[in-house]
Amino acid sequence: MTTPSVAVIDYGMGNLHSVASALAKVGGDLDIRVTDDRAQIISADRIIFPGVGAIRDCMGEIRRLKLDDVVSHCIAAGKPVLAVCVGMQALMSHSEENGGVDCIDSIAGHVRFFGENHKDADGNKLKVPHMGWNNVFQKKAHPLWKGIADGSRFYFVHSYFVQAEDQRLVTGVSDYGREFHSVLSRDNVFAAQFHPEKSGDAGLQLLKNFLNWNGEPSP
Amino acid sequence: MALAKRIIPCLDVDNGRVVKGVNFVDIRDAGDPVEIARRYNDQGADEITFLDITATHEGRDTTVHTVEQIASEVFIPLTVGGGIRELKDIRNMLNAGADKVGINSAAIKNPEFVKAAADKFGSQCIVIAIDAKQVEPNADGTPRWEIFTHGGRRATGIDAIDWAVRMVNFGAGEILLTSMDRDGTKNGFDNDLTSRISKAVPVPVIASGGVGNLDHLVEGVTKGLADAVLAASIFHFGEYTVPEAKQYMAERGIEMRL
Repeated sequence: MTTPSVAVIDYGMGNLHSVASALAKVGGDLDIRVTDDRAQIISADRIIFPGVGAIRDCMGEIRRLKLDDVVSHCIAAGKPVLAVCVGMQALMSHSEENGGVDCIDSIAGHVRFFGENHKDADGNKLKVPHMGWNNVFQKKAHPLWKGIADGSRFYFVHSYFVQAEDQRLVTGVSDYGREFHSVLSRDNVFAAQFHPEKSGDAGLQLLKNFLNWNGEPSP
Repeated sequence: MALAKRIIPCLDVDNGRVVKGVNFVDIRDAGDPVEIARRYNDQGADEITFLDITATHEGRDTTVHTVEQIASEVFIPLTVGGGIRELKDIRNMLNAGADKVGINSAAIKNPEFVKAAADKFGSQCIVIAIDAKQVEPNADGTPRWEIFTHGGRRATGIDAIDWAVRMVNFGAGEILLTSMDRDGTKNGFDNDLTSRISKAVPVPVIASGGVGNLDHLVEGVTKGLADAVLAASIFHFGEYTVPEAKQYMAERGIEMRL
């Protein structure tokens, strides 16, 4: 049997060291490819689509390297795909960051700003970015939740949040002054707003589950 | 249930060794930053901050190596401060596995550096470290704090609150605020200053300097309005563990990751 492989798509936005080392930690004998190479990505068994920074810059690089096509191809091919943070946002139709940016439109929905003067229900000021450990409430069963308690905390850093149109895709929600979709999933795609590679044991468990996932949505 | 306040143990590292002493009961070699970081991670620390006080270039290479080792086994956010002067210093630390870098005197020397750094690497990884001391009040009698450099010895004339606002406008994603009046005193954070800065900026503020007991951590959040509290010695010498601190804060109504 050949060594299982995972491609971490590298389009120059942010360092992927942590993602790669977290995969190495949980992955056992695993071929980890941090790459922007089309063939390397397409031939991998599973794909991680990360992203940090501003969406305009991210989408600019994704398009320049034609990685939007590669990601769409892998999704269509049924490979397990884990999108993280801005990678999740990039899968949506449109983001209102940077004056409005069209995204890959793999999942119908929008990316919106938490807003200036963001407040909680009691009127207390909430900082933006939403930075730190917040609860993720599981809205539907999924193989990637295996061994992870409902309401577990994961590490977030973001100022924009995702709103999917199809509520059936909502797999996890979190609250920061308002409820937002912290996890979406559809078929072989699992998209998380938080950083599993920075979320301690819960995050490592999720990555481990991803590496064991065959891409079927039901547990 | 909501966003948790963070507890951040801080390690002062010189040439790859933790200094200022760390003395866990069951760690034989207490100076190894990798071992100490792992211990804090196991205790449930929400982040780890490294303050690199290495003076030499060769020593900086050691720091990069240390960060690499920690990042390969500790999967919580890691901030590295100290000696960040150029974009390439940031790149080296991020490539080594740091998630954020703390910038202090380089920002004072050249504020545009912060803009360039945030443009290049994103605000989420740019932490501005501010060392402040209370000085003579303003003409209208309101208290005033100034930025100091060189370990609190050199005044800059810059108002600490104005500076925090300016740095956020330049792209800082977080403020690490150390009271030089309180640092090392164990008398608690300067909550007056911390709350003023926390109200003045939209980004998270980490309170630092002066923690002597767990009530100080609580007050940093309740009175200082800090989003995170940083402490060194109370954890290093085993006076309190991170879980004890979290439990104590949670019992006083503070949202924590337990």
